[in-house]
Amino acid sequence: MTGKTHKYGDNVDTDVIIPARYLNSSDGRELALHCMEDIDVDFSSKVKNGDIMVAGENFGCGSSREHAPLSIKESGISCVIAKSFARIFFRNAINIGLPILECPQAAQDAESGDEISVNLEKGKIFNKRLNKEYSVPPYPVEIRAIIKRGGLLK
Amino acid sequence: MGMTLSQKILADKAGLREVTAGQLITAKLDLVLGNDITSPVAIGELEKAGKSGVFDKDKVALVMDHFVPNKDIKSAQQCKKCRDFACKENITHFYDVGQMGIEHALLPEKGLIAAGDLVIGADSHTCTYGALGAFATGVGSTDMAYGMATGTAWFKVPQAIKVALKGKKAEHICGKDVVLHLIGKIGVSGALYKSLEFTGDGCKNLNIDDRFTVCNMAIEAGAKNGIFEADDTTAEYLKGRTTRAGKVYKADFDADYESTINIDLASLKPTVAFPHLPENTRTIDEVGNVKIDQVVIGSCTNGHISDLRAAAEVLRGKKVARGVRAIIIPATNEIYLQAVKEGLIEIFINAGAVVSTPTCGPCLGGYMGILAEGERCVATTNRNFVGRMGHISSEIYLASPYVAASSAVLGKLGAI
Repeated sequence: MTGKTHKYGDNVDTDVIIPARYLNSSDGRELALHCMEDIDVDFSSKVKNGDIMVAGENFGCGSSREHAPLSIKESGISCVIAKSFARIFFRNAINIGLPILECPQAAQDAESGDEISVNLEKGKIFNKRLNKEYSVPPYPVEIRAIIKRGGLLK
Repeated sequence: MGMTLSQKILADKAGLREVTAGQLITAKLDLVLGNDITSPVAIGELEKAGKSGVFDKDKVALVMDHFVPNKDIKSAQQCKKCRDFACKENITHFYDVGQMGIEHALLPEKGLIAAGDLVIGADSHTCTYGALGAFATGVGSTDMAYGMATGTAWFKVPQAIKVALKGKKAEHICGKDVVLHLIGKIGVSGALYKSLEFTGDGCKNLNIDDRFTVCNMAIEAGAKNGIFEADDTTAEYLKGRTTRAGKVYKADFDADYESTINIDLASLKPTVAFPHLPENTRTIDEVGNVKIDQVVIGSCTNGHISDLRAAAEVLRGKKVARGVRAIIIPATNEIYLQAVKEGLIEIFINAGAVVSTPTCGPCLGGYMGILAEGERCVATTNRNFVGRMGHISSEIYLASPYVAASSAVLGKLGAI
């Protein structure tokens, strides 16, 4: 997968990923219209299918709302790369089949608008602007199995 | 190497003699929880996967608390979906308007949690039940769906940070000050993926409501769970609420902790978390002049009877400052009724505060106290993220019920 990046900072919480005022719906397409709106008001209009989200430490902290990874997935984001993920967000993303990678250096180096390619099978990230490749350690076999079937209930 | 308290519960529930940090296990659940925001997604996932039936109708709890009594048509539809599911599956512990309360105050009160239980809930503050010596952690809706269907969940066995409490806190210091002090010390990702295990002589000086508050906010340091070893205080709380014996686990003497944090309760001052992260803490003597527009006393963090008593002690015979809106939300109907019997509600109303039916309401910016542009609120809730209680330029200051009630009277952040 290859896409343009949208970069954010540390501690991006689930309240800004999808504000609670929209949680009276669980429709992914509807949620996607408001994804990231409290820190990046234009996100839903500028994001393109296949784009990649990049962030700092503790991405997805706060609430357990699965609406957060769902809104990111439905907005067209193909993968989230961060320095680290909050644990409930991590589980939720895996469980619903949103690819996420923990790679501090790739997250540090990337800037918004970079073109990044991700090979999930091989655990490789490539930043075209920097001509730099990063390796990500593979997930444990149990988690790989969930990812492979596209989610926990698949 | 010995196991931590959390690891011992996980090992037992996974049917293993021992587990080590980082190990992936599948464990049997004693309770699976969801609310009116997260359950509809879980129910939808079960339907999509073509699964029907729950593993045990007595071990699923559905609590309608976030947008209830319903704030709009969409919320009403979500509750209807839960209600229909509960009816179809004959769920024993379905709590709707009239029986509901804020989930993390309600389930312990109803006796659904015993020491040693393994609980998952599709709500991040599920970690509250660690106050009773249970391993409880927040998950998302898909984990909830899987848990409801199978009675199991997968876990990565966590490392633990030992939080050694000593001494006795001053009279107006609450569990909230303890946990805000801790988060200020280690940061919002300071316990990421880890257990926070509270130990030491100081534990006996924290009442059960203090412990609920402390464990409730373990997630705000990124923790997987927060836990106290069950003791006499726990037994006294559980007495008459549950007939289940539970099991008291203790950490091994040689348990492997990643680190130890020492807190002398006697040294704590009232503590406030400034916008926009729970780690931005200052003690009350450092807060400066922060004028406020609203005060919220309630939530799963601080809507217990002790919290209302603390607020009433401050508000008795006083008035909420002109220009400040004070909203008080007992966490459950039982707490509400107790507050009525003790005359607390009369104190609140005479002071010029309003008292709401139990709801999560303003804590997550749902309804019942949304902030306008630039407004400031002192809240006993758990998160002060950007836009959490309303407009993205509004500000939330997290504090104890003493500080929140004092601030309502002063019209600015402070303690009386």
